Amino acid sequence: MPDTAPTKTRVPAVEGLFTTDDPPHLIGGRLAGTGGYCFPRDLGGADPAAPAGDVEEVLLSRTGTIWSFTNSAYAPPPPFVITEPYEPVSIAAVELDEERMVVLGQVHPDWGTDDLAVGMRVELCLGVLYEDDQHEYLTWQWRPVAAGDQAGEGT
Amino acid sequence: MEEIAVLGVGMHPWGKWGRNFVDYGVHAAREALDDAGVDWRDVGFVSGAITVRCGYPGYVAGSTFARALGFTGAQVASSYAACASGATALSVARGQILSGACEVALVVGADTTPKGFLAPNEGRRPDDTDWLRFHLVGATNPVYFALHARRRMALHGATPDDFAAVKAKNSRHGVHNPNARYPKEFSVEDVANSPVVSDPLRLLEICATSDGGAAVVVASMEYARRMGIEDPVRVAGISLVTPTYPDTVIDLPYLATDSAATVDPPDLTFKESIGARVYEEAGIGPEDVDVAEVYDLSSALELDWYEQLGLCEVGEAESLLRSGATSIGGRIPVNPSGGLGAFGEAVPAQAIAQICELAWQLSGRAGERQVDGARVGVTANQGLFGHGSSVLLRR
Repeated sequence: MPDTAPTKTRVPAVEGLFTTDDPPHLIGGRLAGTGGYCFPRDLGGADPAAPAGDVEEVLLSRTGTIWSFTNSAYAPPPPFVITEPYEPVSIAAVELDEERMVVLGQVHPDWGTDDLAVGMRVELCLGVLYEDDQHEYLTWQWRPVAAGDQAGEGT
Repeated sequence: MEEIAVLGVGMHPWGKWGRNFVDYGVHAAREALDDAGVDWRDVGFVSGAITVRCGYPGYVAGSTFARALGFTGAQVASSYAACASGATALSVARGQILSGACEVALVVGADTTPKGFLAPNEGRRPDDTDWLRFHLVGATNPVYFALHARRRMALHGATPDDFAAVKAKNSRHGVHNPNARYPKEFSVEDVANSPVVSDPLRLLEICATSDGGAAVVVASMEYARRMGIEDPVRVAGISLVTPTYPDTVIDLPYLATDSAATVDPPDLTFKESIGARVYEEAGIGPEDVDVAEVYDLSSALELDWYEQLGLCEVGEAESLLRSGATSIGGRIPVNPSGGLGAFGEAVPAQAIAQICELAWQLSGRAGERQVDGARVGVTANQGLFGHGSSVLLRR
């Protein structure tokens, strides 16, 4: 994946799920009354004690531990957008510290499944999901904690 | 829970036949009616399991099958619950029978599937978690299967050879099944030589998508008695539970679990609660089960089901497998049909196919797959977005 091209605008691939500031955060919800968390903000309300969809927007913890991990060795079908040649994407399910919830995400392409372990500490970063002539479309990714300075993309 | 009788079962062989799904469903239905000795015109209720891949006739599967068999004025319903559709359709039929709305019902599901990964419908839908997981993460179904496989390796010491051994076992069972798509024996080495799909799972360990059809004729116990059947296979329990909040086990199609920050997770995980409910309805426990048909969407998920159905303690699935207990001839054979590994999944037919296999097993008609003396059988699967599915049959 090339370094950030200065002429392209970096935009979230989907609005409203994460911030693109430094450092980035997932945008979750906090259920009114119960204080439970959900992600995405508007798709997480399964708590019968808070059924009304009364959800306050919150930024979720940026760090957690790997619950499990894998990869997509074959190119996923649409609506995944493939950049040719397809490089297998690693994926981690990460348990957030404070929220006690597991959130899925790609692993930054500098790390593969051989570099990961259940229980490993990771943090949130941004990566390019795909691009066109004008834009780089961003998604959230996980990377090992303390490895941030070597990351090629984002923060 | 009051019981109903299984009078007959039928299937169209699984494969990639490329024909209309209605053909498979009608074939299975006619076989089930013949098996039951019931005339189609005596069926009071048709319960169709929906396919979402075959256009409008698939959305109204019940009436599509009824029309293909010949309209008789029977009542009809169509149910969709993804992989749990067949169990849902059976439950609707049971409700009709136990309420007295009909005496005998036909449950049918069939599908014609495209090749490759199952993927969401077209169009940009950022408010649909099923769309988001493909678009933002590239998380196909095998990704979730592999997350659970890797978790087993970390928590319980499972090895890739254990997962491959599940596939090998089920392939040995499936060799004897004329309805299986892959009646071929695979070894652990064959699995290891197939390409990785989602680490640590390999191609031979991931369920394919298939064409197929399955049907069951069910009736009131009184109707069975009037037919002179004193000891039918009976449906003793159906579990269609949803998860209990907070469900903290990541599963497809979600990007995140519920949060346990303010409420502790329930004592039973969602998948554990599926089996617990079916045992509760039947008034028996896992120690009474002789045979099980579980959803091996991946080889590794079968090991999870051993524990979730209470066939062994958590963490003991690998030793149960290695002991040979879950092979035909063992203490508690699992997937004597060959399972999804030998069939591939025909979504709306699959939960019904599980019931067909158990009906054959409990009536001693499973041929070389027969589990000796089987009297109690349980199925388990799970439909996307929280549709539990388990059926308990006994004789």
